[in-house]
Amino acid sequence: MVADILVNGLVRSGVYAMLAVGFGLVFGVGRVLNLAHTAFYMVASYGILHFVATGLGTPLAVFLTALGVIAIGLALYKFFIEPVREMEATVLIATLAVAILLQELLLVFFGSEIRHVPAAFPGYTRIAGVRLGNQEMATLVLAAISLLGTWLVLSRTRLGLAIRAAAQDREVANLMGINVNRVTAIVMALGFLLASLAGAAVAPLLPVEPRMWMHPLVIVLAAVVLGGLGSLKGSVIGAVILAFAEVLVVFLIPGGSYLRTAIALLIMVCVFLIRPEGLFGAGATEER
Amino acid sequence: MRSLFACLVLTVAVGIGTCGQVIRIGVVGPMAYIQGAHHWYGATLAAEEINAAGGIEVDGTKYTIELVRIDSNEMQPGPEAVGAVERAITALKVDFLIGGFRTEAMLAMTEVAADYKKIFLIAGAADDALLKGRVDKNYDRYKYLFRVTPVRSTSLARVSFILLGEVMDAFRRELGIAEPRVAIIAEQAAWANQVVTLVELMANAPLPFGLGGKHVGTWRPSALATSVAAELSAVERAGAHIVFTVFSGPVGVVFGRDWGRLQIPVATVGINVEAQAQGWLTATGGFGAYMATVGIYAEGVAVTEKTLPFVDSFRTKFGEIPLYTAGTYDAIYILADAIRRAGSLQTDAVIQALEVTDYVATLGRVVFDELHDPIWGPEHLTGLGVQWQEGAPRAFWPREWQPDPAAHPGLVVGYPGTVPYQIPPWVVDHWRGADK
Repeated sequence: MVADILVNGLVRSGVYAMLAVGFGLVFGVGRVLNLAHTAFYMVASYGILHFVATGLGTPLAVFLTALGVIAIGLALYKFFIEPVREMEATVLIATLAVAILLQELLLVFFGSEIRHVPAAFPGYTRIAGVRLGNQEMATLVLAAISLLGTWLVLSRTRLGLAIRAAAQDREVANLMGINVNRVTAIVMALGFLLASLAGAAVAPLLPVEPRMWMHPLVIVLAAVVLGGLGSLKGSVIGAVILAFAEVLVVFLIPGGSYLRTAIALLIMVCVFLIRPEGLFGAGATEER
Repeated sequence: MRSLFACLVLTVAVGIGTCGQVIRIGVVGPMAYIQGAHHWYGATLAAEEINAAGGIEVDGTKYTIELVRIDSNEMQPGPEAVGAVERAITALKVDFLIGGFRTEAMLAMTEVAADYKKIFLIAGAADDALLKGRVDKNYDRYKYLFRVTPVRSTSLARVSFILLGEVMDAFRRELGIAEPRVAIIAEQAAWANQVVTLVELMANAPLPFGLGGKHVGTWRPSALATSVAAELSAVERAGAHIVFTVFSGPVGVVFGRDWGRLQIPVATVGINVEAQAQGWLTATGGFGAYMATVGIYAEGVAVTEKTLPFVDSFRTKFGEIPLYTAGTYDAIYILADAIRRAGSLQTDAVIQALEVTDYVATLGRVVFDELHDPIWGPEHLTGLGVQWQEGAPRAFWPREWQPDPAAHPGLVVGYPGTVPYQIPPWVVDHWRGADK
């Protein structure tokens, strides 16, 4: 059973972490609490569905989808979010409105029925006696590459330095000659890229339908807050904790497996009782 | 945004000749989902046919049927369903209500119907408690409620219990497994509880009274879960040969896809509403083959003389095989029949006529019992055991069913067009020669 929990927990962690890092990055640098983040993951899933159905290979479909999601995301950011970026409550409502707008557009163009995307890596492999789909393994690898790539960009490049500077203090970064608005736009694009990669990875694993953004949004918000708002390391660890909590519930309380998300969120609340700022909230400034 | 649109009620006049009197029937269902869409399709087909045939004659006056589409959005928890039904009665002035799906919402919606003394023909919700404890205990308040389809949960449990027995027999016969191990995966919903309890009890009970197997665990994911891979891992780890499913919502598709994709070595049988749909194989990416479920309609199986013409018309018009929620078709015909017999649209007269209904519908012979539930059993409604074989839903039960071999050894029930149940090939490969 331990192997089952480990394998299933890792796969779920990968998807949640990809989403949580994108969300955390956008908040940490842009100070945009983007409730539409998982809606872009949904748009990416539909993008893959569309391009694969037209006969394109998976790599090209992923590339075109990522480009499309970034373009749509930046356009929506420019028109709906940037003008109100300084007003946090307005940003919340605006991003929620964007998410619902995207949901309804997909409903109009694709209908409400559940769609299926063929797996790029069909079949399964047994690991430690656990049956693991090859697509799940690919998802895990993609998550690892995405997270590693994000870390390298942030820690080893001049752009990463600018992003970290803007995250620490936007005004000072501006005074130091960094174009903060451009950096913010780049970070938004990076967030959309991570969301689209997550969408591409899970499209063959989850039912593709116009409400698929809601459950991940709850988990992503919980992961980011659990880890400490603004801390990327915290976002990843928060995602892993919630993913393993969900899987543990399925294996240890089978009759209550419908409670898995509720119990994961309960764990988050318990952490807040001890550390209201989240696991890495106190060190968030240094982390960013 | 669906929630914002849930209050949007569309009135659609159906058919021809609406210049005379009309009977307005509210069709209630989660219209954004396939279950609600089929509520609407079934009702539309019946209304068109009845209107084309001249409508319903009541005391010398011809009435045509006008349908009112009521999106209850009841797949999601919340108060929208109640508001939608109340608006249909008060603002849109419907005369009758049919449909409904989720028991939790139906309990509240039928209270509204009772408040306003509107007849509600349930076509989609199975829980016993929708009628039991209401019609019998407080007839004057709840006499307006009737159920057309499906049969109540305890009868559904009996059908699914018989189907489980068929699959367990197949394991004994074809794989030599004397005591098959059974896991249950059931969505967390009120209607599923009675089915789960009965199967948990009977799976372990010895033959011939029980199923002579071994129950190894029950998992209860959310009806809206997006992955059950972890549950399936746990089922495999528990050593199950068969997984008994109880799904009415989208989780049924998720289950079918994960089960086939990972080739989990368990046969599946039970209730899976999504597996009754034409688009089942597409929705599961082709991984839903060999899924077995309680059903109402199957390829080429004539339960009554009305079944195949209805299925053909439905498929021609909508391109799909009807789900059980398309039983709104029969509900409208049963209502029309009762109105004609009553010779009046007066509610009490129609109720009295409905109570003595004996109508051969597409899903069997409908006779209501004292709870206003359709009677289940031979010569009434039985349902079908349906399995996806060679790209189509084929019925494997009742084939040579003996409902009561002791009292009526000569009574054998079977519908033309049924085929034997098939254990999925990867399950056969896994268990043949394995440690059983």
